[in-house]
Amino acid sequence: MLRERGQHEVFCGLAGIIWLHRKIQDAFFLIIGSRTCAHLMQSAAGVMIFAEPRFATAVLEEQDLAGLADAQDEIDRVVERLLERRPDIRLLFLVGSCPSEVIKIDLQRAALRLSKVHSARTRVVSYSGSGLETTFTQGEDACLAALVPDLPSAAADEAPDLLVVGTLPDVVEDQFGRLFAEMGIARTAFLPPRRSTALPAIGPKTRFLLAQPFLGDTARCLEARGARRLAAPFPFGVEGTTGWLAAAAQDFGVDDLTFRRVTAPGRERAARALERQRATLEGKRVFFFPESQLEIPLARFLVRELGMEAIEIGTPYLHRAHLAEELALLPDTALLSEGQDVDRQLDRCRAARPDLVVCGLGLANPLEAEGITTKWSIELVFSPIHGYEQAGDLAELFARPLLRRALLKV
Amino acid sequence: MRLTVWTYEGPPQVGAMRVATAMRGVHYVVHAPQGDSYADLLFTMIERRPGRPAVSYTSFQARDLGTDTAALFKTAAADAVARFQPEALLVGSSCTGELIQDDPGGLAKALGLSIPVIPLELPSYQRKENWGAAETFYRLVRTMAGPAAPAPGTPRPPRPAGQRPRCNLLGPTALGFRHRDDVQAVVALLGRMGVDVAVVAPLGASPADLARLGDADFNVVLYPEIADTAVRWLERSFGQPSVRTVPIGVGATRAFIAEVAAVAGVDPAPALAEESLRLPWWSRSVDSTYLTGKRVFIFGDATHAVAAARVATEEFGFEVVGLGTYAREYARELRACAGALGLEALITDDYLDVEAAIAEAHPDLVLGTQMERHIAKRLGVPCAVISAPVHVQDFPARTAPQMGFDGANVLFDTWVHPLMMGLEEHLLMMFRDDFEFHGDAAPSHLSAHRPAGEPAADPRDQVAPAATLDGSAAQSDPARTTPPGAPSWEDSAEKELRKVPFFVRGKARRNTERFAAERGLASISVETLYDAKAHFGR
Repeated sequence: MLRERGQHEVFCGLAGIIWLHRKIQDAFFLIIGSRTCAHLMQSAAGVMIFAEPRFATAVLEEQDLAGLADAQDEIDRVVERLLERRPDIRLLFLVGSCPSEVIKIDLQRAALRLSKVHSARTRVVSYSGSGLETTFTQGEDACLAALVPDLPSAAADEAPDLLVVGTLPDVVEDQFGRLFAEMGIARTAFLPPRRSTALPAIGPKTRFLLAQPFLGDTARCLEARGARRLAAPFPFGVEGTTGWLAAAAQDFGVDDLTFRRVTAPGRERAARALERQRATLEGKRVFFFPESQLEIPLARFLVRELGMEAIEIGTPYLHRAHLAEELALLPDTALLSEGQDVDRQLDRCRAARPDLVVCGLGLANPLEAEGITTKWSIELVFSPIHGYEQAGDLAELFARPLLRRALLKV
Repeated sequence: MRLTVWTYEGPPQVGAMRVATAMRGVHYVVHAPQGDSYADLLFTMIERRPGRPAVSYTSFQARDLGTDTAALFKTAAADAVARFQPEALLVGSSCTGELIQDDPGGLAKALGLSIPVIPLELPSYQRKENWGAAETFYRLVRTMAGPAAPAPGTPRPPRPAGQRPRCNLLGPTALGFRHRDDVQAVVALLGRMGVDVAVVAPLGASPADLARLGDADFNVVLYPEIADTAVRWLERSFGQPSVRTVPIGVGATRAFIAEVAAVAGVDPAPALAEESLRLPWWSRSVDSTYLTGKRVFIFGDATHAVAAARVATEEFGFEVVGLGTYAREYARELRACAGALGLEALITDDYLDVEAAIAEAHPDLVLGTQMERHIAKRLGVPCAVISAPVHVQDFPARTAPQMGFDGANVLFDTWVHPLMMGLEEHLLMMFRDDFEFHGDAAPSHLSAHRPAGEPAADPRDQVAPAATLDGSAAQSDPARTTPPGAPSWEDSAEKELRKVPFFVRGKARRNTERFAAERGLASISVETLYDAKAHFGR
């Protein structure tokens, strides 16, 4: 296990807004930050920014820094204007950034005050997506953790029995919902919900499954409210998905026969789909740069189900408890690295000459130009990759760059 | 605080990155939190550069805040120098670095490096990307060329007999709109006149190249937004004259050639007789007659907007109905140009203002940036891109300059293409009841954003009804919001209106409504439509 500190080539947590706002359909994300934050959102969101997205930046100006304008008054003014023009917003996130944190604008106080003012219509919640505090997907963790105190409390017979935590594409969410229902776990809810008016409740018996590996704070907040985490690997590939579903099945006393009957069709379909990609990926050596915390579960999937060899698995942050099941499955031949010194990591990568490098868009083309095949990693947080039905698609995401390299004759 | 979704320009450190990345042998160390490295992907993805930008970040995090960040900066700067071995080092802060008040200049100085260290003061909360690029370039030029400058007041020695005149091309950067091909076009143009190019900078130049900027006989300012500050200093320090005409369009290129010829004392004829120039004939050919008087709305950086206005009126025969820029630094130049066209300039960096102005002007063509491309798409108006910010498709593989005679050819194709497509669309629509062109026939490529089987007869009908940040989209078209008591259209008249060619249909609609309102008519019939046509056609 290597721990590094130096230059990081990663997104900050603000980038999480790009998929969170697609999921929670009546939420708006207002970043309190600088022109840099707005520019980041524009660059990261690409074409999506032209579809009138439900996010924006209140850009700090000179007078805000000089203390000439009271930050709290300014926030009130901006929010007032925003809600007037977007009356459909039911949940407003005030998202902290590096500048707003360094000058210590109290967004929590602003959220409390604005929640009172707009209580009839809009709930206002604050969290930090700054690069000082969060790396990429940790922005989702901070956002969901901020929502947990707002989840209603309910009696044991009203609250969901099982809560699935972490943003999943709707299609994946529906697949998991059906599988749990067939196993007899009827009351399953998802966090975040598709609409903020349907926040799942928490009861004394609520258990939760993490669908994503980057939800440390959210899990802690849920546990503080009495919910219990079910330890499981993450639902990537046949093995991960089966292990993840089994963790719930076991806890809910689903009998073995039922579990196998419910999961058999999915397992078989996924295994068939993976077989097709195995020809391309087997024996290939893969190197992960840190980005999303998905690296360890994905490496486990590639190594165990597709026969790849992992050289280095970089992760921005390693939550040992949440990843215990994953680490147990991972062969100990791979170098695990936490944090980053990007130039040193590039040296290791070049020396290893891997067949496939999973990295961000800032590194992908430069590595390709050096003759190293890459898979840009951001696609992995936007594409449906969880569960049985997506296992083949997930493998294909890694196979495609290798196939392409083989195809091109120029 | 200002509510912002789109930004035309990034923060000033992105401008500094554009200069550092354009050059060879320069490295930029930015005191910035983790996450600011997002800007790397502008260079590796949008411009498709095969190498990483010449930038290192300190990537400080919350746990580092306190005394630690200064040490972090020194380590990052020392590491960057050791690894990349630049000839000059730029150091500065991002917006957050600015707030924590470490002094990158002082800290880098304390390292005792053997190369020039150039501290950048880039006020992130007041200035923007282009200013950052201009300031960075100026600082680099001053540092590198400064020691070679003669004492103030020293007259410039005459060019030795027999030596060809030499100039510098200043302004092209990384992530510049068509900078790569513009340089190529202008170098070729100057070559035909017998003028050599000494240094192109920042694009492709090294600090050593900057040190010999003063050797050239004059400077050519390709992009004033980036080069102007540095060129003014070169004028003062070395007594170098500057060529300031930006050669975009046929007329401007001819003026540029004349200006260069005068400054360099050479014959303009060989350059003027460029045989590859096709725009003038293409524009005079009868096929182009339908371009006459087309209403065009222009928005972009000031240089490209002003150049486009001239090309549109003098070389395409368009009518400019709106002209604006997001670059406040160049508001004066743009106002003058707009004034000459009888227009009020639009100076704003708020895309909602631009959207409103475009909707108001009812143009037949929009020339703008990536943002205007999307606004035009929403309004169903043809559009071509003339200025940054642009997306990946406007860093093309083919050679596609904007400058010089080849650039003029490119402009003709680029601007006319969406209109031709518009005409094609219109013809398809006119014949849509024809047996070959029924409603279910495959749409042309422009219809991708329209629900299948629902031909939008009036382009303005495509205004997306979705709520916008300012809630204005649904009402962004004044002609569509019929005030109470205003004349309403009879079905037969509405149907007749659809037979009017779509590029004048908006005008016909407005004129008819005005005509009916002035006469207090409650409804508009086919008769009213033709009465109005006769009235306004006088």
